[in-house]
Amino acid sequence: MKDYEIVYQKPDAMTDIPFPYCPGCSHGIIHRLVAEVMDELDIATQAIGITSAGCSVRNWRQFDIDMVMSLHGRGPAVATGLKRARPEAVVFTCQGDGDMAAIGTGEVIHAAARCERITVIYVNNGVFGATGGQQAPTTLIGQATPSYPHGREPGVSGYPLKMAELLAMVAPDSYISRTSIHTVKHILRTKKAIREAFWVQIQDQGFGLVEVLAACPTNWRLDSAACMEKIESEIIPHFPLQTFSSPKKEA
Amino acid sequence: MAYRVNQIATGFEKFLMRGNQAVGEGAIRAGCRYFFGYPITPQNELFEYMAKRLPQVGGTFLQSESELAGINMVFGAAAGGGRCMTSSSGPGFTLMGEGLTALATAQLPAVIVCVSRSGPGLGRIASSQADYRLATRGGGHGDYQCLVFGPGSAQELYELTFEAFELADAYRNPVIILSDAILGQMMEPVTIDTFPEKNAPEKEWAVKGKGDDPRKVIKVAPHTDDELITWNRDLKAKYQGMKAREQRFESLYTDGASTVVVAFGSTARIVLDALMRVREDGAPVGLFRPISLWPFPETALQELLEQGVENLVVVEANNGQMIEDVRLAAAGEAKVSHYGVGGGHIFSPDEVYREILQHVS
Repeated sequence: MKDYEIVYQKPDAMTDIPFPYCPGCSHGIIHRLVAEVMDELDIATQAIGITSAGCSVRNWRQFDIDMVMSLHGRGPAVATGLKRARPEAVVFTCQGDGDMAAIGTGEVIHAAARCERITVIYVNNGVFGATGGQQAPTTLIGQATPSYPHGREPGVSGYPLKMAELLAMVAPDSYISRTSIHTVKHILRTKKAIREAFWVQIQDQGFGLVEVLAACPTNWRLDSAACMEKIESEIIPHFPLQTFSSPKKEA
Repeated sequence: MAYRVNQIATGFEKFLMRGNQAVGEGAIRAGCRYFFGYPITPQNELFEYMAKRLPQVGGTFLQSESELAGINMVFGAAAGGGRCMTSSSGPGFTLMGEGLTALATAQLPAVIVCVSRSGPGLGRIASSQADYRLATRGGGHGDYQCLVFGPGSAQELYELTFEAFELADAYRNPVIILSDAILGQMMEPVTIDTFPEKNAPEKEWAVKGKGDDPRKVIKVAPHTDDELITWNRDLKAKYQGMKAREQRFESLYTDGASTVVVAFGSTARIVLDALMRVREDGAPVGLFRPISLWPFPETALQELLEQGVENLVVVEANNGQMIEDVRLAAAGEAKVSHYGVGGGHIFSPDEVYREILQHVS
């Protein structure tokens, strides 16, 4: 006789390897959502993930699918070549804001402009996490980092880059959205957005990107709960949660 | 445009082509179906040839936003198992350094063509051989090697490009074709169809979605220090095998010569003209033309020294780059001297003739 039934478990598209991330890091939540979406869309057997440099460099160990490691910022270019050679595969990159919004700005803009049939999961936690919390292009005005200990000043180190808005300008027919993971409600919305970003690729409609606002407790010097509060009160006002573009629906 | 000259035998056709086009046709015949590139003079005819030819054979041509993106697109297509290529000239080839080291580390096959112009910096578009060091010594970081070929004619560009794809797959390693503005722009007859057309072989290591198989990972970084040590040891063994098996050269008139000119690529063509005049003057001078630049054909050069060659004159269109390899190969057993001008100077047969004369009198 069965006493229990399984109602919730690790997605099939994940390996059994524990996450290597710091306590409170959002990467694990986002990886799990990507894996859940792969399971639900039944695409794990044809999916190829592309890693970036930074905290997500080791995520080839987390997804139980074919994976390719790419160099810092070049994920969308590698994904482009791979998708062109393997159009039947579902190709996605996981990139942080240091990777995609700094060194890889050119690659992602042009991949979006070409409507490459790829999906980009863009984790925006406002800092270079792996190297010690230096200023990222997304760091908020006034936020102190080891690069600028007295805080970011636009006249010295620039304004925060709003990548989702910027990419929506060059790819009006693609799916580009910004979400967050600071509450359960937002986690569920993020999953829906990730699903949509894969769906536009599967339907051959265009480029798909989800910018996920994420926490880096280690480098923000905050506990997890305070990080979630910071996302709500400080980050979302600057980085609004919105779908900025989506493929035109057939009439 | 390439012009058909005549059909010289069944299945063999002769075309009048630029060297850049010969590279393109060699790639197409070798089953290259993916080209990612960025415009730069003097390689544009190759870029444009691929833009025209690839759609005819069901391939993909993509103009990348930079050479950085281009080499990384090559990385992606190679990871997926396609035969792929990119091309550039010095300034763009420099940007490909990070991609080259990544391709070599991940052991991905690809062909990279550098049609050299004159540097340093942005330089000018006139031909030079100043990218010898960049091509043979890397351009990217870490212990890695690419096979490097320095063809000397449009025919050889065609044949070596074709073969480069085979070697890239055989060794799972990037292969560089080091051409230059003279070879790339010059029109010469090329006999096509010297090889049967190929398709890319099935590559069991390529990623295509795991299907029912265990998953595959193409890596540019190991997970542990031990893995990295093993990785480098395996790469070293592979490079030693390449070094043992892939040395290529041409020796002309070296029998009985005590002085031999060492030159590669377009310079060897000019040198041969000058050298024939020196020989007509009665001086027995030979020509040693490295065709593989890495591995440098050191074994053959050492055999020349054992046969009595005492004087090696390195002529190259740069300030002295290949001479380092010649010195290493000669290991002090011959006098090695250099004649070269950097910065886009194109040798005249007369000046090379006068230079060689100085070494034989």
